[in-house]
Amino acid sequence: MRPFVYEQPADISAAVAIASRFATNDDQPTRANAQFIAGGTNLADYMKLGVAEPNRLLDLNRLKESGLRQIRVTDDGIRFGALVRMGEAADHREVEERYPVIADSLRLAASGQIRNMASLAGNILQRTRCEYFRETSWACNKRMPGSGCAAMLGFNRQHAVLGASEACIATYHGDFAQALIALDAVVHAEGSRGARRIPFAKLHRRPGDTPHIETDLAADEIITAIEVPALPWGRRSLYLKIRDRESYAFALASAAVALDLDGETVREARIALGGVATVPWRASTAEQSLQGKKLDETSAEAAADAAFAEAQPRQRNAFKVELGKRTLVRALLETRDMKV
Amino acid sequence: MDAAAPRPKENQGEPLPRVDARLKVTGQAHYPADLPTANIAYGALATSSIAKGKVTKLRLDDARAVPGLLDIVTYGDMDKVDKPKFGNTGATSIGPLHDRTIFHDGQIIALAVAETFEAAEEAAQLIRAEYDEEKPTATFDSPGTATIPAAGKSPLFKEDVKAGDFDAAYADAAVKIDQRYSTPTQHHNPIELFSTTAFWEGEQLTVHEPSQNVTGWKVELARQLKIDPGKVRIVSPFIGGAFGSKGPMTPRTAIVAVAAKRLGRPVRCVTSRMQAFGTQTYRAETRHHIRIGAGKDGRITAFAHEGWEVTSRPDAYVVGGTSATGRMYDYGSVLTHVSLVQADRNTPGYMRSPPETPYVYALENAMDEMAVALGMDPVEFRRINEPKAEPIGKKPFSSRSLTQCYDQAADAFGWVRRDPKVGAMRDGDWLVGMGCATAIYPTAVAPCAARVRLTVDGDVRLQCGSHEIGTGVRTVAGQMASERLGVSIERISVEMGDSSLPPAPVSGGSISTASVCSAVLKACDAIRAKLFAAASAEGGPLAGSHNEEFELAGGKIVANSGASAKVEDVLKAMQVGAIEEYAEFAPKGATPEALKKLYAGTPEFHGGDQDEDSVKYAFGAEFVEVRINRYTREIRVPRIVGAFAAGRIMNTRTARSQLMGGMIWGIGQALHEATEVDRRYARYVNRDLQDYLVPVNADIKDLQVILVPEVDHAVNPAGVKGLGELGNVGTAAAVANAVYHATGTRIRDLPIRIEQLLV
Ligand SMILES: Cc1cc2nc3c(=O)[nH]c(=O)nc-3n(C[C@H](O)[C@H](O)[C@H](O)COP(=O)(O)OP(=O)(O)OC[C@H]3O[C@@H](n4cnc5c(N)ncnc54)[C@H](O)[C@@H]3O)c2cc1C
Ligand code: SF4
Repeated sequence: MRPFVYEQPADISAAVAIASRFATNDDQPTRANAQFIAGGTNLADYMKLGVAEPNRLLDLNRLKESGLRQIRVTDDGIRFGALVRMGEAADHREVEERYPVIADSLRLAASGQIRNMASLAGNILQRTRCEYFRETSWACNKRMPGSGCAAMLGFNRQHAVLGASEACIATYHGDFAQALIALDAVVHAEGSRGARRIPFAKLHRRPGDTPHIETDLAADEIITAIEVPALPWGRRSLYLKIRDRESYAFALASAAVALDLDGETVREARIALGGVATVPWRASTAEQSLQGKKLDETSAEAAADAAFAEAQPRQRNAFKVELGKRTLVRALLETRDMKV
Repeated sequence: MDAAAPRPKENQGEPLPRVDARLKVTGQAHYPADLPTANIAYGALATSSIAKGKVTKLRLDDARAVPGLLDIVTYGDMDKVDKPKFGNTGATSIGPLHDRTIFHDGQIIALAVAETFEAAEEAAQLIRAEYDEEKPTATFDSPGTATIPAAGKSPLFKEDVKAGDFDAAYADAAVKIDQRYSTPTQHHNPIELFSTTAFWEGEQLTVHEPSQNVTGWKVELARQLKIDPGKVRIVSPFIGGAFGSKGPMTPRTAIVAVAAKRLGRPVRCVTSRMQAFGTQTYRAETRHHIRIGAGKDGRITAFAHEGWEVTSRPDAYVVGGTSATGRMYDYGSVLTHVSLVQADRNTPGYMRSPPETPYVYALENAMDEMAVALGMDPVEFRRINEPKAEPIGKKPFSSRSLTQCYDQAADAFGWVRRDPKVGAMRDGDWLVGMGCATAIYPTAVAPCAARVRLTVDGDVRLQCGSHEIGTGVRTVAGQMASERLGVSIERISVEMGDSSLPPAPVSGGSISTASVCSAVLKACDAIRAKLFAAASAEGGPLAGSHNEEFELAGGKIVANSGASAKVEDVLKAMQVGAIEEYAEFAPKGATPEALKKLYAGTPEFHGGDQDEDSVKYAFGAEFVEVRINRYTREIRVPRIVGAFAAGRIMNTRTARSQLMGGMIWGIGQALHEATEVDRRYARYVNRDLQDYLVPVNADIKDLQVILVPEVDHAVNPAGVKGLGELGNVGTAAAVANAVYHATGTRIRDLPIRIEQLLV
């Protein structure tokens, strides 16, 4: 690990000011000299591995704004402060009641110990676990732009079949983000250019030719909150996560589903897919294919086919197309059968 | 009694809690990298990022500029010491800093030493190598492999066993199978990281390092450093998981010792989890070709097992599990052949039941296929083929309780409820499957020394250079002394894990309990003899009772007449404060050199298939239930039952714990464990516990261990069969067989993963 300066800014504006002082204009948050740290479960790991090399860490845990640590439930929805821990949100009674998909996505993520440490903002910004990204001796366009992608023809069992490019096929591994994108969440951020609201679907960027650019955030922008709009039928929602190891592991495939049903007919469906795509993945074509249809195995399979129509399998991850479809079919049918 | 402490049955010892349990759960047990050492400097390794070629240039300037850097040990700095040797004490013959040739991925290219761990790590990461790179050979089927016969390449694997005329018998068989199986690369990944701490006091070198073989390492390290073994001490009081990985010494030990000498200061180097994949040993991938022929009655007439195992270019590490699979059942005829496949890889090594895990996996998967082909119940099929004598040399088994194991495990598991039809058992959306397999492990024993002292205060001090690798050997050795000397376990202190203690063999091959307990037994019996003689001598407290038998209990010598005397009084009468005995145990059949070899760190193993009179094995039967989701096909193991017979059980708690750990490991081997090799570069890809999955507590639901009583006096004086490596043999096959039962898909290549079942 490289030596670094550690600071504990007192409030958001102080943190933004320091970040902005050490950032240049086109700096990516993940490549900036000064970087924010919350739970540290992702960033500290990558610093030890030499993957992330900030020379200044701005610890957000002492920021004085209390909203950062609160979950607020209103008629308009739920607002999660950025520093709320995964475990707190997962165990929150109203979250569980109103949006089971959110509680599930958090409960099925990581381990109890990590959930106690990890913040919600850190969670949505977690970086890929691509094995070739994690270890600095491999060629990796995301870690070292232009160096190539060792995973493309290598051991790519964990890698993405949706949203990939010729430069990078790394999966976005987070679970919570799938629930958020399905529920049309909005991210609040504050930076030197002011405060703004970012639709969750715009937060992450597909790799394209620039896989090292991962989000829409500037290096001095702090996520302050995540807002999930009210959804009366959000109770009929779940997160299904398929993984190699039952106790804890990243998803091989997952599905976040919320359904508005009229009997067995779908009025509206919300679908997001995890473990299979380079970014949090809203499956809009699958949603559309279900609209107005009776939800049964046949229509669920048609939706799954639509969701993976553009999939690009590689050598070791080809199974994710089939697995992803089956995961979605199962999730749709289980959501339909929920007693709400 | 709770499940963790099974009630002892016949020939089974009390489930005493581990003598070091409190130390371990309160964090007071000091592992080698925790042992306090003053004025320590920290070392960090730099390793190669290619698998084959030469280091043409090392750029050290950036590393040297790191504040706090003290030294870099690299090419040229090891020239005055000898290269490592490959064998039971040495992991590899590759002396990474003796030669700029790169033989494998992750080979040590330098050791950076600094004032702090962080500075050493930073410096090591800044060391840049330039290479003259060649295209490496990764594994089976890669261009450039060389295949050679394994027989004779290792003293433990002298020949390919055979019996009768396989070809004729197979040709005539009414029912047959012909299949291929494989097991992946696996790394031990003990939670305690690998580490070396070395310091010199004048000419005396002390090394703190987790080790399963302190005596062997002392001798081998002295040889490399060209000093007297008497000047080297290896200290390893606790080991946080070993599984064979801490059996052979790796080149790092001498490198750190040299660094400590150059600096004149203690140096500690803890290897990172990622680096351990290349700098330590591992279980290399294996392939198997099995043919079985049988009559319609289910009696096997022909069995052939060919195996292929990957090894490194310079070292012929042999797994060779056909000696066990070839003796498992009453085959009629046997044909085996094992080949080594050399590739540009680090040298593999022992990993918990090295030969049996992969080879018995293949056999037991094939046995299930054969039972299916015969339309026979898999338990019944095995019962029909129980041998009276082993098929190769026609020697009897010293004891063999496999049938009892099957009976008891099947009963506890509820095997009768299994519907033999494939795919017939369901629970909602979950397909249910049940499978079983046999576990076998050779019962070996080696020479061992121990020192036992009984004091006038009634305290016992037991010293033996064996190793507490988590098995509970400290506890069972203490229990043996407690039994023989009639002293409660609280009064006994057990010292192990130090090469200055009486030598014990490597803690491998499941020999420790048998060997250590036999030596402790001998020392205790010598103490008893002295006490009894003194007590019954003229003027002694029990004078005149020469012809009586004595026992020791509760601090007293008790004659069978009922007369008794306090041990304390006998010692006083002897005018001594303590009796101390140093015993050297050598097993039956030991050569005249046996004890000398023990001190040289290269002990002889006896037992298994090596003895003249009989073959000696421990057996078990494992039953597994799997559940597989109808849509998404993830595999869960909600239930597993194993019944094992292993001669005298010293302590039912520690025995159960070993077997339980083995079975859990077996589940991991079935479903998770695999090191992925990038075939283009011959490099390991998933070098951490994020991607190298093993089961954790939360994955294990209902697990039952049954200890089947068995008495066997032929194996060793203690009557003990090792069981540390028995539990994970067969488990993976039982899982594969259950998966077949649930789905009709036969998985022959481990690990069993979702993608294989999505058909
Ligand atoms: C063993 C293990 C298993 C895991 N399994 C799962 C899993 O199954 N599913 C899953 O979803 N996740 C999993 N994770 C990932 C885990 O959820 C994340 O590491 C965690 O959520 C990150 O949160 P943190 O607060 O620790 O982030 P940090 O490590 O502190 O930060 C992560 C990133 O976010 C940035 N950041 C943090 N807060 C802010 C903010 N407020 N504004 C702007 N930038 C910010 C940091 O600069 C950094 O780049 C696992 C992690 C581990 C170690
Ligand atoms: S997939 Fe992306 S992160 Fe992984 S090696 Fe390729 S470029 Fe790097």
